[in-house]
Amino acid sequence: MAKKKFIVGNFTDEAVLFPAVKKVRRAGYKLHDVFTPFPIHGLDKEMGLRDTSLHTAGFIYGITGTSTAVGFITWALTIDWAINFGGKPYFALPAWIPVTFELTVLFAAVGMVLTFCWLCQLAPFVKKDHFNPRSTDDTFVMAIECTSATNEEEAVKFLQAAGATDVKVETKDTGWWLGNYANDKMRFEQ
Amino acid sequence: MSIRSTFTAPKNYNTVALSLIAIGVLSIIGLWVTSGSSADPREQARFWASLLQNSVFFLLVVNASMFFICITTLAWGGWQMSFRRVPEAISAVIPVVGVICAAILLAIVFGDNHTIYHWTDAEHVKHDEILNHKKGFLNKTFFTVVTVLTVLLWSVLGWKMRQLSRSLDNEPLATLEERRKYIFKNTVWAALYIVVFSLTVMSSLPWMWLMSIDAHWYSTMYSWYTFASTFVSGVALIALFVVFLKNNGYLEYTNDEHLHDLGKFMFAFSVFWTYLWFSQFMLIWYANIPEETIYFQPRAHGIYKGIFWMMFIINFIAPLLILMRRSAKRNYGTITFMALVIIFGHWLDFYQMVFPAVSPDKVPNIIYDLGVALGFVGLIMYSTGRALAKAPLLARNHPFVKESLIHHT
Repeated sequence: MAKKKFIVGNFTDEAVLFPAVKKVRRAGYKLHDVFTPFPIHGLDKEMGLRDTSLHTAGFIYGITGTSTAVGFITWALTIDWAINFGGKPYFALPAWIPVTFELTVLFAAVGMVLTFCWLCQLAPFVKKDHFNPRSTDDTFVMAIECTSATNEEEAVKFLQAAGATDVKVETKDTGWWLGNYANDKMRFEQ
Repeated sequence: MSIRSTFTAPKNYNTVALSLIAIGVLSIIGLWVTSGSSADPREQARFWASLLQNSVFFLLVVNASMFFICITTLAWGGWQMSFRRVPEAISAVIPVVGVICAAILLAIVFGDNHTIYHWTDAEHVKHDEILNHKKGFLNKTFFTVVTVLTVLLWSVLGWKMRQLSRSLDNEPLATLEERRKYIFKNTVWAALYIVVFSLTVMSSLPWMWLMSIDAHWYSTMYSWYTFASTFVSGVALIALFVVFLKNNGYLEYTNDEHLHDLGKFMFAFSVFWTYLWFSQFMLIWYANIPEETIYFQPRAHGIYKGIFWMMFIINFIAPLLILMRRSAKRNYGTITFMALVIIFGHWLDFYQMVFPAVSPDKVPNIIYDLGVALGFVGLIMYSTGRALAKAPLLARNHPFVKESLIHHT
């Protein structure tokens, strides 16, 4: 797990956060992430994030479900153990549509949930640094990654000028780890 | 091009609309010469069936606009406000097409030719146990009353909804209390419309107008399925007008976000239609009872097989695969193309509802019916254009309008 240096600024107002994100990106700083208590419309665009590929994955899972259902039922009811149900043809597609539909939905849903967890690195006992616990309550937290070209003092002043309060330079883990937060120092304790 | 707030028809608009109407009239004349004036009752029925199919389809499609307005009103939706005048203008066509449709239906019911509606033949009904049993529902008086009342109520309630919307144009509501009252009034009238709508399109009307062509057969899903068909076409028609107005520099506050939502409606109700269509088909297929399967015999296996399966592909597979992507629903070109495909597909759907019973031996020449359809399209274009020009394109004093301007999906 790589430790990296971040400049972390806190915002209390969306109306200040949006122009700040714009300024930071325009100034060429490397925006690590913005943590917000609730989803904010348009912030992803402002941050320059690309569209998620989750729905493409969902489509592929759905198609997999469809072909699994049709393939398996076809094999079972026409090749492996053909049974005559009320004079219907062995390949009785209309009767299989409900099952096919259900399996499509099941594959797509379960697959997408797991993919979402994987993309967000969410799992039981997996922990990540999230800079400021108050980003789950009432504060918008912006983290700028320090590169070799970043002048820290200047960056701190820049963030302050953009409206951030309580700007700090912190060294954090960029990855995830198994464990708990018990040994972490909370900000209010520092 | 500068943005204008009131619609004035572009140079060629009315010319195109009137020439489409001319094509329609020519097709009707052609149809009359080739079939309608023939001595063979089946040939005569083919003429009337074409008028029936087209007038009922386009009446239900324009009526879907008023349904769209009323459900969004009842749901307190605000996103549609920036283009609400478009469905309002389309719904202004209801009385025009409604009168035509009612006239055609009554002409068929009271005419001497009983090929389309067997149940109008009193002699035949006496000996036909099933039709005799259905006499309480399928009789001329009830049909006339319901048809006339339906067209009347749709027109009057729709007029009231448009009236309410336009009443604000020059007198903004000053206080919160007034705005609340206004929304409440809208809700009450929209609810009344929905009650009428559910008693007609969603239950009895398609049984009477379309299903009674196959008078012995019945399906309780039929009305829902017809409703889904016309609602998705209605939304497609709204989308077409929205794109058209955007292209001509109107509707400045309508953008990708609103188009995206219309696209979602088109996608979702295409799937909903398929769900109902398949539910009706599968139960009959599985039960395999002769008096029920007789409906699908000419359609799925007989001479109407081509139309039946083509209509299934363009009504389900095409919207499913093409409209699934987010970017497709935000693309003006794709939405226009899919809207045209959907309207054509559901027109074909109505075609296969009407004709197999009327013309069981050969598939009629569909070119004439397409011509008649173009006539109705022209009529809708012309009347909607006139209605659009009557009021500003943005209902700017409506309490929910801000919601639409900042709409974001």
